[in-house]
Amino acid sequence: MKDAMISVKDRKLALTNIGVAYAAFLIGTLCGLLQVFIRNDALTLPGWLDYYQVLTAHGLLLAIVFTTFFIFAFFHSGISRTLGDFSPKVRGWNWAGFWVTLIGTMLVVVMIVAGQASVLYTFYAPLQAHGLFYVGLALFVIGTWIQGFALIAHYLKWKKQHKGELSPLFAFMTIATIILWVIACLGVVATVLFQFIPWAFGWTNGINVELSRSLFWYFGHPLVYFWLLPAYMAWYVVVPKIIGGRVFSDSLARLSFVLFILFSIPVGFHHQLTEPGIASFWKFLQTVLTFMVIIPSLMTAFSMFATFEMRGRELGGRGLFGWVSKLPWKDVRFTSIFIAMLFFIPGGAGGIINASFQMNEVIHNTLWVVGHFHITVGTPVAMTFFGLTFWLVPYLSGRRFTKSLQRMAFLQIATWSVGMLLMSTAQHLLGLLGAPRRTAYTGYQHDSALAWFDGVLSNHVTMAVGGSILFLSAILLIYIVVQLWWLAPKSDENSYVTFPIATSDTSATPAFLENWKLWIGIAIVLIAVAYTIPLSDMIQHAPPGSGRFQTW
Amino acid sequence: MHLHKYEKIWLGFGVFALIVFLSVVGVSAFHQGHTPSGGHMTIDPENVRGTAPFDEPGVHQREDGSYEVVIIAKAFGYEPSEIQVPVGEEVTFTVTSEDVVHSFSIVETNVNMMVVPGQVNHKTHTFSEEGSYLIVCNEYCGSGHHFMSTEIEVIGQ
Amino acid sequence: MEKKNQPQPSLKGTFISVMAVGIFIVLMWVSIYLLYIARL
Repeated sequence: MKDAMISVKDRKLALTNIGVAYAAFLIGTLCGLLQVFIRNDALTLPGWLDYYQVLTAHGLLLAIVFTTFFIFAFFHSGISRTLGDFSPKVRGWNWAGFWVTLIGTMLVVVMIVAGQASVLYTFYAPLQAHGLFYVGLALFVIGTWIQGFALIAHYLKWKKQHKGELSPLFAFMTIATIILWVIACLGVVATVLFQFIPWAFGWTNGINVELSRSLFWYFGHPLVYFWLLPAYMAWYVVVPKIIGGRVFSDSLARLSFVLFILFSIPVGFHHQLTEPGIASFWKFLQTVLTFMVIIPSLMTAFSMFATFEMRGRELGGRGLFGWVSKLPWKDVRFTSIFIAMLFFIPGGAGGIINASFQMNEVIHNTLWVVGHFHITVGTPVAMTFFGLTFWLVPYLSGRRFTKSLQRMAFLQIATWSVGMLLMSTAQHLLGLLGAPRRTAYTGYQHDSALAWFDGVLSNHVTMAVGGSILFLSAILLIYIVVQLWWLAPKSDENSYVTFPIATSDTSATPAFLENWKLWIGIAIVLIAVAYTIPLSDMIQHAPPGSGRFQTW
Repeated sequence: MHLHKYEKIWLGFGVFALIVFLSVVGVSAFHQGHTPSGGHMTIDPENVRGTAPFDEPGVHQREDGSYEVVIIAKAFGYEPSEIQVPVGEEVTFTVTSEDVVHSFSIVETNVNMMVVPGQVNHKTHTFSEEGSYLIVCNEYCGSGHHFMSTEIEVIGQ
Repeated sequence: MEKKNQPQPSLKGTFISVMAVGIFIVLMWVSIYLLYIARL
């Protein structure tokens, strides 16, 4: 399989990204463990460290830094694998983008550690962090754009050399995800550059809070699809190959990614359903659009089961569910991602509830929400990335995923699953009982709050047990990554780890699916419909701006 | 694009369920008046106490017999700190913030309001049971966020 | 675009699985909706 190996220089680029991702993962999960103890009054932090500093670091390092660097490592290696090695120019720009993203990350982290930015990853105004925190965020986004455009340039060159051909499915999905990301970031870039930075440095005095929140959530919802789509790429393109099957339907896979570009952006108000300043009509309109973005996930669910059933039947599975036992359960690369998919069933169902207009009042900003994103980004996405890590790191480092490491990987995903099941179930139930999110030790003296320590599953202690198991699992994963990168035996001609890319039959795929101008155009129209009037209302009827507050 | 027969049925079922969900919440919201909390009045966040109705925070009975509770949220508490309302009466909560973003969330009810500086939020609720209800801030507002809570007494008439 | 007369693969297990997912979604949604109504 040597022909499927990408160039050494591209491997180095991808591995470096993975290194940053797992460094962030280690610190971020350690923060999570600290939160577990603080929330149960079992740990007092030293004076120079505060719960909300830890919480800000946890959110940013895991949800933003770990995901983004890992995603770009996946893109770099997969694009190089499917479209050919990068030219020195493309590789150079990718490195430049990597460094800008990393400098942005460091600036943000330094500000958090210095206690200048305990504003959590949503950084809602008028909480005011140090100006350099926002500069760091801007650099982070610009760095990802540089890498994104470098990948687009590589793709366009391929298109030029293959006139009239559809691009490989992996490349198509990468480009779709980058388009989604670039359009989404416009909102956060606008609020950071034009609202936060001038205000934080004192050049302007007031900030339009509601406008900044709306621009943030214009970005904040497609952000979750920026995490999810690379996981879907693994589900559509990588998993079928691992089990020895094919992509179920090339055209439906592409169509679902197109639908994500169209409908994942004009939906941010469903994070703002309980706040003033947005008329009910616009909240409801965006609720309807939010429901549209559920459809491609329903399509994905069908495609996944169909891929598994067709392969299982090829292997001799009979009856209604005989195919299930034929799947390669002993291959951790498959089993990890299969469990990740299962977690997305309650994750997705919870998401529909969250977006259901007034029903949002039941769960808004309760612990339910925390539980929700731990079984969306925290498991379906993260555990898919773990499943990719098990072969991607040895593929890039030229080492072997040995039997003993495979056993350890099973232990890792098992502990992650159990820990997450305990923690997220407790969080969902506590949220329904009204327990708030983002709080340090919750010592409210009231019967309702005391009940949060009483249940079996609906108990802060259950949540803490789950959280502790998760940290052990995280350490195990770091150990596996270190082994796969530096210590495992080197692979030889016969034991090369491969980058699994399933064949996808494009003979029935219509060419218009790759007409990006069309999809970008429709996306912009939908965004304009959903946002123009409410945002201009916020600007025209703006209250006097809010001053700078540092309440931590 | 070829769709398998079962996939057509599945997507048909899924889309139908989504339309039902939307219709149920839509009718409940716009026909029966159960929209989530909201408001369109803005206010100078530096002059909250000089602006009606926040110049008199507290419980007020309106002319039609319903009640309005005017509340100012601030780091890390609510004003007034003691709230008493009658059971079975319509109560409208009117809240704003004089500093950062907070929430006004009454545990085990549907009153779960974002409190945004510069904006006034409203929510109408009728308590059907007497007792003391816990109110918490569930939006991060600073180092005392987890201390920001109060209670509301719902009393018999 | 569409290949006529192509035998459709047997996807009965898939169909039952996705419908189970669908029913799970509906049940979860309905239970939270009822909670919302109970708290009105």
